[in-house]
Amino acid sequence: MSVVGQPIDRVDGARKLTGTALYTHDVNIANQAHGVLVLSTVPNGRIISIDSGAAEHSPGVLLVLTFLNAPRLPQGGRAGVNPPAGRVLSVLQDNEVHYNREPVAVVVAETWEQASTAAGLVEVRYQELPAQLDFAQTAAHSPGKVNGEDADSSRGSIGGDSMNTQVIETYETPTEHHNPLEPHATLAHWVGDHVTLYDSTQYISGTQETLAKVLGVPKDHVRVICPFVGGGFGCKGSMWSHVALTAMAARHLGRPVKLALQRPQMFGPVGCRPRTLQKLKITARENGEFLAIQHDVISHTSVIEDFTEAAALQTRIMYSCPNLKTTHRLVPLNVGTPTFQRAPGHATGTFAFESAIDELAYALRMDPIQLRLHNEPEVDPENELPWSSRSLRQCYESGAAAFGWSRRSAEPNGMHDGHIAVGWGVASATYPANRSAAKARARMAPDGRITVQCGTQDLGTGTYTVMTQVAADALGCPPERVVFELGDSGFPAAPVSGGSQSVASVAPAVRAAALALRDKLIGLGVADESSPVHGASPADVVIENGFIGARSSSRREPLSSLIARAGGGDIVAEGSAQPGPEKKRYSMHSFGAVFVEVNVDRDLGQIRVPRVVARYGIGRLLNAKTGRSQLIGGIVWGIGMALMEESVLDERTGRIVNANFADYHVPTNADIGEIDVGVVAEDDPHINPLGARGIGEIGITGVAAALANAVYHATGVRVRELPITLDKLIL
Amino acid sequence: MHNFSYARAADIDGALRLVAQPGAQFIAGGTNLLDLMKGGIAIPERLVDITQIAGLAQIHQLPAGAIRIGALASNSDTAKHSLIRERHPLLAQAIESGASAQLRNMATVGGNILQRTRCGYFYDTAFDECNKRNPGSGCAAIRGYNRNHAVLGASESCIATHPSDMCVALVALDAVVQLRTARGARAVPLADFQRLPGDAPQTDSLLAPGEIITAVDLPSDRWLKHSAYLKVRDRASYAFALVSVAAAIDIQDEVMQDARVVLGGVAHKPWQVPEAASLLRGRRADTNAFREVAEAAFQGAAPRKHNAFKIELGKRAVIRGLSLAASAGANLT
Repeated sequence: MSVVGQPIDRVDGARKLTGTALYTHDVNIANQAHGVLVLSTVPNGRIISIDSGAAEHSPGVLLVLTFLNAPRLPQGGRAGVNPPAGRVLSVLQDNEVHYNREPVAVVVAETWEQASTAAGLVEVRYQELPAQLDFAQTAAHSPGKVNGEDADSSRGSIGGDSMNTQVIETYETPTEHHNPLEPHATLAHWVGDHVTLYDSTQYISGTQETLAKVLGVPKDHVRVICPFVGGGFGCKGSMWSHVALTAMAARHLGRPVKLALQRPQMFGPVGCRPRTLQKLKITARENGEFLAIQHDVISHTSVIEDFTEAAALQTRIMYSCPNLKTTHRLVPLNVGTPTFQRAPGHATGTFAFESAIDELAYALRMDPIQLRLHNEPEVDPENELPWSSRSLRQCYESGAAAFGWSRRSAEPNGMHDGHIAVGWGVASATYPANRSAAKARARMAPDGRITVQCGTQDLGTGTYTVMTQVAADALGCPPERVVFELGDSGFPAAPVSGGSQSVASVAPAVRAAALALRDKLIGLGVADESSPVHGASPADVVIENGFIGARSSSRREPLSSLIARAGGGDIVAEGSAQPGPEKKRYSMHSFGAVFVEVNVDRDLGQIRVPRVVARYGIGRLLNAKTGRSQLIGGIVWGIGMALMEESVLDERTGRIVNANFADYHVPTNADIGEIDVGVVAEDDPHINPLGARGIGEIGITGVAAALANAVYHATGVRVRELPITLDKLIL
Repeated sequence: MHNFSYARAADIDGALRLVAQPGAQFIAGGTNLLDLMKGGIAIPERLVDITQIAGLAQIHQLPAGAIRIGALASNSDTAKHSLIRERHPLLAQAIESGASAQLRNMATVGGNILQRTRCGYFYDTAFDECNKRNPGSGCAAIRGYNRNHAVLGASESCIATHPSDMCVALVALDAVVQLRTARGARAVPLADFQRLPGDAPQTDSLLAPGEIITAVDLPSDRWLKHSAYLKVRDRASYAFALVSVAAAIDIQDEVMQDARVVLGGVAHKPWQVPEAASLLRGRRADTNAFREVAEAAFQGAAPRKHNAFKIELGKRAVIRGLSLAASAGANLT
């Protein structure tokens, strides 16, 4: 039986448990100094003066880097701008301030405590300018493109059709900050004109390239190392200002500099999920057939860069509908630039769209699952391509059975237990099946040990584990014989660990490298007169558990013997894999169905979520255990998104008021009940030879809508603005 | 964080001597003070560690029957102590609904009383306005984000709330704070010890300079049978109360003789509802009676832009809290 798909334990689990997995901030280099960022306290303006005297004279301080003394960078610091990896940075090239908590200085000292104390002594005076902070009152513009697609789309015609049933509603989602447990951290170490950068990042090769451009050094002078990431969720997919600033400070000082963001510093300079306002209009016949859908999205961006929350892309492909119109617009505000956050666009878009469909189901007096399945498309309704796989119907059937959906009361407010109102809600989940090019290298040492290297990342999701399984499978050995290494830009390049594409991109490359190594070993054996497979047909040769032999004979020998005769050096092979024309032939998306039960205290409005059932069609899972964890993690975040998460902007200062973990709420263990996730069997032969996809994003999608729908079912109160806090059920 | 010196006191007299020096401040569990120091809100020059003072963590019964909780008793030790669980289950409930297990292990009873507000504008020195942090600078919360701010007893200087759950129960239980200075001892009811903001929100309590809390006394266990602590919050754990209610009723032969209702999350200190006793006395426990208390509790409430919901929520919480108290006994765990 293949090891691929087996629920093996994380291969890096013991290292994490024992604290020997070194995260960026755990790395220490002799003579290192410590940096602390100083962030702006106004939303818009110019720095009139910076008094760094007290800081510079504070004990242990080595450097206070400001726009006055920072080295000038190529193109004013804009040379690396190439979104999404290369963002518009704040790298102390001028005195302009565009948002609150924008970097305005770096203080470097012998110890972190000294740097932190001195950072509080830097006196920055500003000439404040009027700031755009009012989302509702600021003019919107079109971004032109969204994730490579047109920002606006139209098929058929949206007519004034008032004879049929319509839902016209507006939904809102707030700004949310990623807040992985491991904040951003960087350690820059220059030797001559080469820099080694330890950085907590989802994209080592992107950071390598962007940093090289920003600093104006050759790319091969930058090496980026990141063996472990303590959560990324999108905010570590781009290189932000602090990375360049740390490298600048280290070069300026001639010493290694380590810098980590403090928790409140996570609320500004490193991205967020933007606020959205989404208008939905759905027209349907009495039998539930969708006639027309319009989805207009407004989201905020910063005044320095456009980032678009692609909330209506999922609406384009989700259901059959002859007439459909979608738009995306941006409102630029004096705040930090938003970025990708777990299921960017799809998490927010499914909240609005799947809530509106629920509202339509009540208006039609139809079961919300039946309504969706009535509009199940045979092909992608936007481009009419066949699906590479689509198992939404199976997800609903399997999920409904597990959840007990048939026992649901059709009317809201129909299920009570004392002062607790019980509600059941459902929604669809979806995320595109993405893939990029990747390379990998496989090596067998003379003792038969196998090492596979790829410049990918493990965000805690299980990349180490599943790639070990893929390599072991290709080389016919147990996973214990394979060491998979990642997180070094010196390894063959892989794409960003974002957009749910690592598995789909990296696994085929790892497999190709492993198979190339296998072929190389077979070639050695066939050519070697002393080998038991000498002269055999390569197709007849079997490599298994460290031995090489021929199918047609019982003779075999350890690979280490073969390698010793071949000269005793490592046998190395490289492999690569890239998407072909399949995306032009097939529409590739993952789908799922999420069922949520809520208990709402009818007097006090408190919402608890005793259980969630979700079923997904996501191709082939490479590891049932890590895969389940990732889906559960997405659902937990979905519950937080639905009920808790909100970065509150003070509209006078542009500063987030609740920038700490006491006030920025994410779910605690006590908030999470039973979560039952399952995967329906699905064979996608088109996405890659393994039929495997990334699943990082889909788990969060649909959850907020299913939960809002359950709250409506429990109470008869429709909440269209996240988060659904209890005050929205009280008044 | 700014540099500070550190000294450890061996006994109360030593602690009082050390804290008499300029810029000195006591530290016990540090669960609030260290946060304030990291944020640059508290900048003590000297910390006097009182955690090694012998005898201050004890919980015991006094000869007259009252229970004395030493100021250094941890929140978790207090909540699990048999005298507290058996005689004052309301207090155990309130403590265990607060913070997290880790924080409760470190936090002391004395420190809990002196903890400062969680107002976001108080906690972030980048906001210029905060009368509590910088007297005379104004209050950023009044026209800012004030969803979790006070609806009762606030002033134009400050609309912050006191974050403690424990104190809400203590006030309901008529707790008395025992204090010492170099000149002598005094006792002040907790209900009077903590203050409303008025025009001096920088002063949270009547604690005098150089004074130390040595203990909290619970004079009577007459609220043993019928009490409940109800906390309404945004998530199931590790969240401050939006509204909380400590409710205790003295019921004899199914007739209410006396009652205490104290609210948390709505004012600068635990908010007493003194009308509860007169409204309930002589009546049987029922929702109508409780509703009158709820209405009385929020007479004069002044909502701000984001916290008007606390008034309706608070009324419903009072009714629920009193109902739970009346049917308690189940709470004796």
